[in-house]
Amino acid sequence: MSAVREKGPSGAGSYPDRAGTGTGGPRVVGGLVLRTGKGGLSLRVQGRVLVVTAVMLVALVAVALVTLTTGDFELSVGEVLRALLGHGSGGADFIVNTLRMPRLLTAMCVGAALAVSGAVLQSLTGNSLGSPDIIGFTNGSAVGALLVIIVLHGSMTQIAVGALIGGLATAAAMYLLMLGRGLQGFRLVVVGIGVSALLLAVNSYLITRATWQEALEAQAWLIGSLTNRGWQQANTIGIAVLVLLPPAFFLARRLSMVEMGDVTAMALGVDVTRTRALLLVIGVALAAFATAVTGPIWFIALAAPQLARRLTRASGPALAPAALMGALLLAASDLLAQRLFAPSLLPVGTATGTIGGLYLIWLLITESRKSRA
Amino acid sequence: MSVETRTAPEDRAVEPVVPRPGRTANTLRGLGLLASLGALVLVGLLSVWVGTRGIPFTATWSVLWHPDGSETSIIIHDYRIPRTLLGLLVGMALGLSGALMQALTRNPLADPGILGISLGASAGVVVAVAFLGVGSVLGYVWFAFLGAAVAAVAVYLLGSSGRTLATPDRLVVAGAAMTAVLYAFNSAVLLLNPRAFDEYRFWTVGSLSGRYYDVIHVILPFIAVGLLIALGLAPSLNALAMGDQLGRALGLNVGRTRVLGAVAVMLLCGAATAAAGPIGFVGLAVPHVARFVVGPDQRWVLTYSMLLAPVLLIGADVLGRVLGAPGEVQVGIITAFLGAPLFIALCRRRKLVML
Repeated sequence: MSAVREKGPSGAGSYPDRAGTGTGGPRVVGGLVLRTGKGGLSLRVQGRVLVVTAVMLVALVAVALVTLTTGDFELSVGEVLRALLGHGSGGADFIVNTLRMPRLLTAMCVGAALAVSGAVLQSLTGNSLGSPDIIGFTNGSAVGALLVIIVLHGSMTQIAVGALIGGLATAAAMYLLMLGRGLQGFRLVVVGIGVSALLLAVNSYLITRATWQEALEAQAWLIGSLTNRGWQQANTIGIAVLVLLPPAFFLARRLSMVEMGDVTAMALGVDVTRTRALLLVIGVALAAFATAVTGPIWFIALAAPQLARRLTRASGPALAPAALMGALLLAASDLLAQRLFAPSLLPVGTATGTIGGLYLIWLLITESRKSRA
Repeated sequence: MSVETRTAPEDRAVEPVVPRPGRTANTLRGLGLLASLGALVLVGLLSVWVGTRGIPFTATWSVLWHPDGSETSIIIHDYRIPRTLLGLLVGMALGLSGALMQALTRNPLADPGILGISLGASAGVVVAVAFLGVGSVLGYVWFAFLGAAVAAVAVYLLGSSGRTLATPDRLVVAGAAMTAVLYAFNSAVLLLNPRAFDEYRFWTVGSLSGRYYDVIHVILPFIAVGLLIALGLAPSLNALAMGDQLGRALGLNVGRTRVLGAVAVMLLCGAATAAAGPIGFVGLAVPHVARFVVGPDQRWVLTYSMLLAPVLLIGADVLGRVLGAPGEVQVGIITAFLGAPLFIALCRRRKLVML
């Protein structure tokens, strides 16, 4: 049995047994299987994933505590906790609940949304560079949002809708470009860079048409910022995450089968076309909502899933660790951007752009070693 | 990835790079050159004639030759003619640097904008403006060169890191990475320095407006030197097109050609960017058109690129004035709209053969 599967990964000659569905190769499946009752819901948990997840949670809590306690006004952990529970003094209550908490929550939700979007799209495109920021969806969302900001002077909700429409339209355009000729792997990424450049030109055009004040606002928004994000933004992205993450997690198992190739996935009983379409919409929607709230933040979607995958050594798309990693990365980046250049407020996009660019450079180097080694 | 890395030189060996064209072929190419020159003159005249203020063509024509100090005359002689001349210089520089880069890296997707070199130049300018208080174009130019050089070297090293050749796809992604880092850097610096920002938002999309004779004087020598090096290299580039090894066998000093070529790219690209901001896709599109028209001989490709690129750039500038009336659309935006679809079409080709 195992010999058959080693030689025929397409699955044409063999049908899978229950133990092996999650992995592509002949790896021994380890870990703990959690089941409810008669197995209506079952989950395989690997020790390494649990440990990594726990460490990331601890780090996230640490970052959150530092974010909430430090700044222009230092607060003790006790003061913060009391304020969070509603018993804080007036000043602490204002600082924690009006200024710091919504910003922190926005950062974590946006980070998680971007990371899951990146994980899903990287998996669908089969390329570690196929994240929404690289292949143009983020710029598409930005075009939609900028149109609403500059032309329609819309509200937060309208900006979100504009970003969503822009992102989906870009995804549709990329899909059409991918039709017909095989457009996979690196080629897809390169075409995405072209589409991105085109959309960037649209953005620049919109900015030159705006008044000076609008332009400054739009430019600050375009680099991705968490400054002055309040409960309205936190709620918007929070609801989006609550609505979109569960179906993404639910579909993740099928996604790992789609990753093995269409034929294998179909043989395993996965409706490939529908799974793909659903996941594409979810991935784009997550990126679009994140973009609507903070502006285009680069590289979280690219880096977080990869880092999570490397840490957990998961074989498929590990969405939950990716989400945690995204939340951690963005919250930490925002903390850095706020504190390092203290009196002046740098948008978080500058931090993720710089760090993420360096990461991309490292990715390029390691990938090239791997492909030719 | 279906990029042909190893078969490309063999393809070239089968199909000689420098075929011996008959007299007729060269005559046709010469005629084409004259036609391009005609188009350039035509577009130049158009650029002098079309503008925010509608001036009848007859008036434009007569004032062009007999400046009389009137308002019309001042508009034409102090604004539109220098702007057109600047377009000519910048266009020539961009077209030549694009053609050079494509020949040197044997990469059909090479373009100073796409590979992040223009943004390197602008990062140099941003540093000069924000930290060193440099306020003149002559000052910009040196920093633009420095930025362009650093970015070019970094992107090339990245694209060819590991044991791989610098394939077109990889170089583009390396360029995108470089662009992202520099973009974040520029934004951060400019956001902390709002007064520089208002100037920059027009500069960054590439514009020919508001930069006149003094700018031309500053960049002219750099572009002239770059142009001479580029044209002098043309025969060596033909040998290089057959691959490093064959080129060496033909007696080519590959290392020297590369270094000289890189210097020319830097001079041309840095000067163009310092004068007009980063303008993408001109250097990408024009050499392709040139190769389509005249075939692979680099001597012709470089000459045609040098003439056709300003046609495209000045044309895009005029188009921006027409479309954006009563204001104008920056030329960099127009070239992106024209060039990006071509870029996408090039990528979609089944086989992205290295040049």
